[in-house]
Amino acid sequence: MGTHLHDTNSAAIAAELLLARRHAGSPAMGMVLTLVVDTDEAGADTALAAAREASTEHPARVIGVVRGRASGASNVDAEIMIGRGAQGETVLIRLSGAVAAHAESVVLPLLLPDSPVVIWWPGRAPDDPASDPLGALGRRRITDCAAVPACEPDPLLTQCAAFAPGNTDLSWTRLTVWRGLLAAALDGYPGTVSAAEVVAEPDSPSAELLRAWLTDRLNVRAARLESEGPGITSVRLVTAAGEISITRADGRLAVLTSPGQPDRPLALKRRETAELLAEELRRLDNDDVYEATIKRLSKLEGVGR
Amino acid sequence: MTNPPSNPLRDPQDRRLPRIAGPCGLVIFGVTGDLSRKKLMPAVYDLANRGLLPPGFALVGFARRDWENQDFAQIVHDAVKQYSRTPYREEVWQQLSEGFRFVPGDFSDDEAFDQLRQTIEDLERERGTNGNNAYYLSIPPRFFSGVVGQLKKHGLAEQADSWRRVVVEKPFGSDLKTARELDAVVSEVFPPESVFRIDHYLGKETVQNILAMRFANAMFEPIWNSHYVDHVQITMAEDIGIGGRAGYYDGIGAARDVIQNHLLQLMALIAMEEPISFEARHLRIEKQKVLEGVRLPQHLEHYTARGQYTEGWAGGVHVPGYTDEQDIPAASRTETFAAVRLEIGNARWANVPFYLRAGKRLGRRVTEVAVVFKRAPHLPFGETATESLGENALVIRVQPDEGITMRFGSKVPGTAMEIRDVSMDFAYGGSFVESSPEAYERLILDVLLGDPPLFPQREEVELSWQILDPIIEHWAENGSPQDYPAGTWGPSSADAMLARDGRAWRRP
Repeated sequence: MGTHLHDTNSAAIAAELLLARRHAGSPAMGMVLTLVVDTDEAGADTALAAAREASTEHPARVIGVVRGRASGASNVDAEIMIGRGAQGETVLIRLSGAVAAHAESVVLPLLLPDSPVVIWWPGRAPDDPASDPLGALGRRRITDCAAVPACEPDPLLTQCAAFAPGNTDLSWTRLTVWRGLLAAALDGYPGTVSAAEVVAEPDSPSAELLRAWLTDRLNVRAARLESEGPGITSVRLVTAAGEISITRADGRLAVLTSPGQPDRPLALKRRETAELLAEELRRLDNDDVYEATIKRLSKLEGVGR
Repeated sequence: MTNPPSNPLRDPQDRRLPRIAGPCGLVIFGVTGDLSRKKLMPAVYDLANRGLLPPGFALVGFARRDWENQDFAQIVHDAVKQYSRTPYREEVWQQLSEGFRFVPGDFSDDEAFDQLRQTIEDLERERGTNGNNAYYLSIPPRFFSGVVGQLKKHGLAEQADSWRRVVVEKPFGSDLKTARELDAVVSEVFPPESVFRIDHYLGKETVQNILAMRFANAMFEPIWNSHYVDHVQITMAEDIGIGGRAGYYDGIGAARDVIQNHLLQLMALIAMEEPISFEARHLRIEKQKVLEGVRLPQHLEHYTARGQYTEGWAGGVHVPGYTDEQDIPAASRTETFAAVRLEIGNARWANVPFYLRAGKRLGRRVTEVAVVFKRAPHLPFGETATESLGENALVIRVQPDEGITMRFGSKVPGTAMEIRDVSMDFAYGGSFVESSPEAYERLILDVLLGDPPLFPQREEVELSWQILDPIIEHWAENGSPQDYPAGTWGPSSADAMLARDGRAWRRP
């Protein structure tokens, strides 16, 4: 699918993008940002599909970068996809040989003028995204700690240590619905919260972030308990009026319990990557609350710069 | 009010957190109607699906039908499956449908309202709605008085520890007098801040974007005045006829149906001064100033036009004329097309006419606001160079295909200097439209949150009638609407109206 360019360079890719847009009949661009996806070959299709879906909400130029073997002759291949039901433009660039170590030189000329750049690592991210050559191009850098295999050193702590304004992580995005419901549940019970706990599967970066967020906001050390999952299974807050809890055993339907009220069911689905990405792209300035949460987590875990 | 500062989990910096309504229920009167099935029920589901309704949300239907709760749930289910914007998810449906109740009865039936109160109290206990309820009157205005009276009589309008809000749909009366009567009925029972008048146009993203475009940009506001603007055209064209709305439409007509509310609201948003903030109160003050400043043309016979469609071919389909539609009297003088020229008496808009037109069975379905600019004061080109250069225009397309078009002159490639109009288009995201919320979603959520900026207030409604009443009276006393064939852009008198000023309607 799309137009293939072999052994090419940025100027040729840019020219092809312009041509493709002309052919599509609409020379004007309504695109609002550039999304660079730094991925491996195996994850490229899924990641670009999610990026394209997210770009229906935020028309974007999506640039997928796959770095192949560093040995052999230096080569740039590109595949250009425009139209086909997606907003904006998608380019998948494959680098091999010496150029694989200089992806930023290929991407820089392709960034849309004067508009925000977002870098997303759907899989393994650099230890310090902000000083990564590709990461440095973006004002927003999206990592995903949950995508890193569990056997490796805790990626969340790595990201905590390397935090720079503009960094954010999809395991934080996954929490938005939980956080919204908890905040709404607490609306009816003003006053201090005396205890809090988060129950989740053992390896869950989201649960760690939720614990840190609650600790930071409530001024009470939130406990972390383990369960079988999936994901976060319950959160409990103890208020003066009694206990508020949200329990979700199956990853889909949850129950809200609050003092003096009947138990209320609520749909609490784990969201798809495209939805998470679309939420990330909605705001492109630094996420202050995430920053506060990350700093709190660093303190709790004794890491940090 | 929705973010009490005492909640430590809330932080104004935390802009990811969705605005979730507090515990509450929604009672729909006239739940069997088209609006309810096609717009309200799907909007409720979409809100639930986006996680914006409170856990334990309750939906109560009230209508003269012999239904049980499960029959009602089935009706909502079908409506949701057919019309909702977001995908159907079983767990969302389950959660939502547990809160569905149906109360059968007449609007004059005391027993039914007793049962309604019982139902609401049960829901408070079973679902935890905290007694907060919004009453949506999706019923003809002649029943308002009855329903509102019943709500009061049965203690359903009292606001002790909980809130009770009432939602009314247009038409807000059919002239100033009836609008005041209608308002008296509602405000006798509900305080002004609990009355939400739905003008679904104001819930549309593009309409809200008018404010963003005007007040967040430095490049439009300096030219947004009579020094640079020649005139403004506001069009709301429908390609359909009156369909099944004969009973409502005949005797009302295009001016009352849409100019009084949608078009005057659009005009107010385009013309108003910058509000101090986007709070309801500040927005209202500015909109009100525009409406109060509106001046009618001296010669109504020259600067208003009305028409009625006759049979013809519209978009490749042969369609009947207005008087041939079902249930329309052959002698009906109701206008299906209306156009007026208005001016606003302030410094910003001195001598800038606002042309408003609305109609059914026109060329195509489109709603847009076109701000047409004056020509450049001097053109340093030969006469032939600028022959095909028109006036610059900024067009805000409200529906369908939401977006903004800018029209300006550009050199035609070639050796000679020749300048021609080009259009630059900003689509408000092509498929973005699908993922952006429906107007009713936004408005229902705002009602449940008690957030009033997007709802017109009583004063605005009355001022709009003050503008329209003399025109409608003039029409009533003078002749009949002029015929225009279905599928065209209205009667010739509308074109003559602009030609008199040396202008012409845009073809939208």
